[in-house]
Parts: sequence; C-alpha cells; structure tokens
Amino acid sequence: MDLKTKALTRSLWVFHLSTGSCNNCDIEILDCLTPRYDVERFGIVLVGSIKHADVLLVSGIGTRKNADRIKRLYEQMPKPGFVVAIGACACSGGIFRDGYAMAGPISEIIPVDVWIPGCPPKPEAIIAGIVTLLGRLK
Amino acid sequence: MVSFLLWLLLSLVFFSLLGMLSGWVDRKITARIQWRVGPPWWQNFADLTKLTAKEVVVPVTAGPFFFLAPVMGVAAVAVTGAVVLSALSGTGGETDVIVIIYLLVIPSLALILAGSSSGNPLASVGIARELKLVLGYELPFILALLVPVVKTGTTRLSTIFHLLQGPAVLSFSTIVALLVALFALLGKLGWVPFDVSEAETEIASGLLIEYSGWLLALFKLMKWMLLATGITFLVFYFLGGLAGPLTAVVKYIVLLVVMVLIKNTNPRLRIDQAMKFFWGWLTAFSLTAILLAFLGW
Repeated sequence: MDLKTKALTRSLWVFHLSTGSCNNCDIEILDCLTPRYDVERFGIVLVGSIKHADVLLVSGIGTRKNADRIKRLYEQMPKPGFVVAIGACACSGGIFRDGYAMAGPISEIIPVDVWIPGCPPKPEAIIAGIVTLLGRLK
Repeated sequence: MVSFLLWLLLSLVFFSLLGMLSGWVDRKITARIQWRVGPPWWQNFADLTKLTAKEVVVPVTAGPFFFLAPVMGVAAVAVTGAVVLSALSGTGGETDVIVIIYLLVIPSLALILAGSSSGNPLASVGIARELKLVLGYELPFILALLVPVVKTGTTRLSTIFHLLQGPAVLSFSTIVALLVALFALLGKLGWVPFDVSEAETEIASGLLIEYSGWLLALFKLMKWMLLATGITFLVFYFLGGLAGPLTAVVKYIVLLVVMVLIKNTNPRLRIDQAMKFFWGWLTAFSLTAILLAFLGW
C-alpha cells in the first residue's frame, strides 16, 4: 500500500447527505462523533462541503426530487471518493419502497461502495461499515 | 538577499512542521475537553498527504485567483516567518514591525480573493463577513503592537526582540496588549468565536466551500503556519522569548493552550457582535495599554 492510500485510510472526511430520511439514521451518525465512539481517533471528521469530502454518506430513500441533486453531489465529490448508504431506506427502500416519492434505492442513482443496513444501524454497525470500506481500500 | 532566501526556506519548513503539530495540540485538547480521545499526533500530516493526492474540482465560475490565492497566502505567511526568524538572529537589518502588520493581513486577503473568485453564493456571504472581520481586528491589533514600540522607542523588530526582556516583560501594559493581540490572532485564524466567515453549520465552510485537493491543502497549510508564526511572533514581541529557549517553548505552549481554551469555551459571535467586541472593548483596552506604556507601567 502506497503512502497516498495509507493517508487516505487514516483521514476520511465525511459529507453527510440526508435524502428523505426520518432523521433516525442521522442521529446515529452523529452518535459516532460523541465521546463513546469518537471516530476522530481514526481521522474521520464531518465536513461542511462536498468538495472537501472523501466519503458521501447517504441516508434516506433518495426521493424523486433529490435524485438529480444526489447525482450532482456525487459528480462534484473529488475522486477518489466513496459512497456509503446508511440505513434500510438507503439500502433497499425500507418501508417506503412502494412510496410515490421513491426514486432509489441509492444504488440505482449512484454507485454505492458500502451498504450499512439497519433501522437505524447502531453506531457500532456504522463503524464496522467504514472498516469494511477501509479494508477494501487496502 | 541570498541569506533571506535561506531564511524563507527555513521558515517554510519550520513553521509548517510546528504549525501542523500545534494544530494537532488544538484538536487533541478540544477532544479532551469534550471527553473524547482525539486524533494521533500525525493526523494533520495524514490529512495534508491525502489532500495533495486528491482530484481538484474547479467550478466553471472560477477565475485565475482561484489558483493564485492559496499560493499567495502561504507565501505571505512564510515571508512573515522569515522576517521574524531573521530578526531573531540579529541579521534582519532594518525590518520593522510595520512589515509584519502588512504581511499578517495578506492571508485574510488571500481567503477573500479565493472566495470571490470561486463564484459561490455561500462563499460571497463568507467574503462579506471576512472583510468586516479584517476591518474589526486590524485596529486593536495595530494599537496593541504599538505598546512595545512605545516602551522601546523604536519600530525595528530585532531591537524590540532584544530590548524587551527580563522585568520589562511583566509590565501591566504588555500583558493587556498581549491579550488584545491574542484575540486579534484568533480573528486572523478564523477560530471560534470569530469563525463567522467559515461557519460550517451555517454557510458550509463559506470561503473555502469550492476548494478541494492540493488547493485546499495549501489553505490548510496556511492556517497552520499562521498559527505557528503568529504565536511565535507574539512570544518574542511581547513576552521576551529571547530570555531562554526553554522558557520560550513554555510561553509558546501556554499561549497556544490559552487560545484553544478560548476557542472551546465560547460560542460563535455574530458579525455585528464581533465588530462591537473589536472596536469597543479591545480598542479601549489597547488604548489604555498604550497610555500605561507612556506612563511607564
């Protein structure tokens, strides 16, 4: 593994995108930053702009109104960049799979690298998902 | 001329290393205050390496200053560091403190140029705030820098560095001026409570919103270097850092920790509150300090 990949694995900056989620997954994502889990130990921080990000964290079903914006955000993310779908909605549509606003699941809008199922996934599951992503990088 | 180029190279290497380590101290103390563990000491080096390897996304609205501004900012801080280092060594010739005042405003101007040439509406909100902030902190900063000038009767940097040592350091006016300059440095760095121009939760990184890859890395580097250069300058300018190398290191760490504590125990000020703070309280304090310096305190 070269230096650049190693640096990338130790400094993942995350942009959080909520597309029609019920806010439950979003709270669990924030839980990862709290003292109990503290992902900044591994260099993972939330950033405010997609241009700074290495990981696009998507929660929610991907609504029809948002589908175009999700694509644009994915294109704006500087590569190498990864997409993580968080929660049952983002992975498969969840209970909204037959809803009129459904344009997803996310993997039908943009290429997804890691799926983290759960309604909502526990912070441990989210961290395990990120570890899977890191493992794939190596 | 050649010797100044050597100082420039030394300043670039020394202050970027020191700045990244100081930036880590900031992140670690912040984490400890929030009862977290925090990142390892090489975190900022990893961040910088990663950013240089990333793709640069350039918006269609970007002008030429989109690429020039980060280089300009880093260059200005490196020159500041070189001026300080060469004045410390006593070979600085006739550089005086006015040069420092000019040089230390360039990083903020570089940020403003960068934001305005990126053409992003959120960045333009950041520009407006940063411009006001520059007007705000420059006045008390310049007034605070006048106190050692009054005390030593010269604006020559190396003379002030060498004269202002020992008991003269602990005078009342110097301490007040140092506190004012410390707040101005917080403003220059864009740290909480003066981070309105970057406010991540509100205008999504503001000025830097369109930046990615090595251009963003340069701005990060500029901030870290500004942190290290700024504190080093304050240590030698106000606190007589030439008294001894060990005490200079202790003073550096104390100033850094005080700044991090201010950062972590304050909310973000609105721009009008920040302006009132700078033009009201801090200006009053620095004027008092100048008066006290004239009276010999």
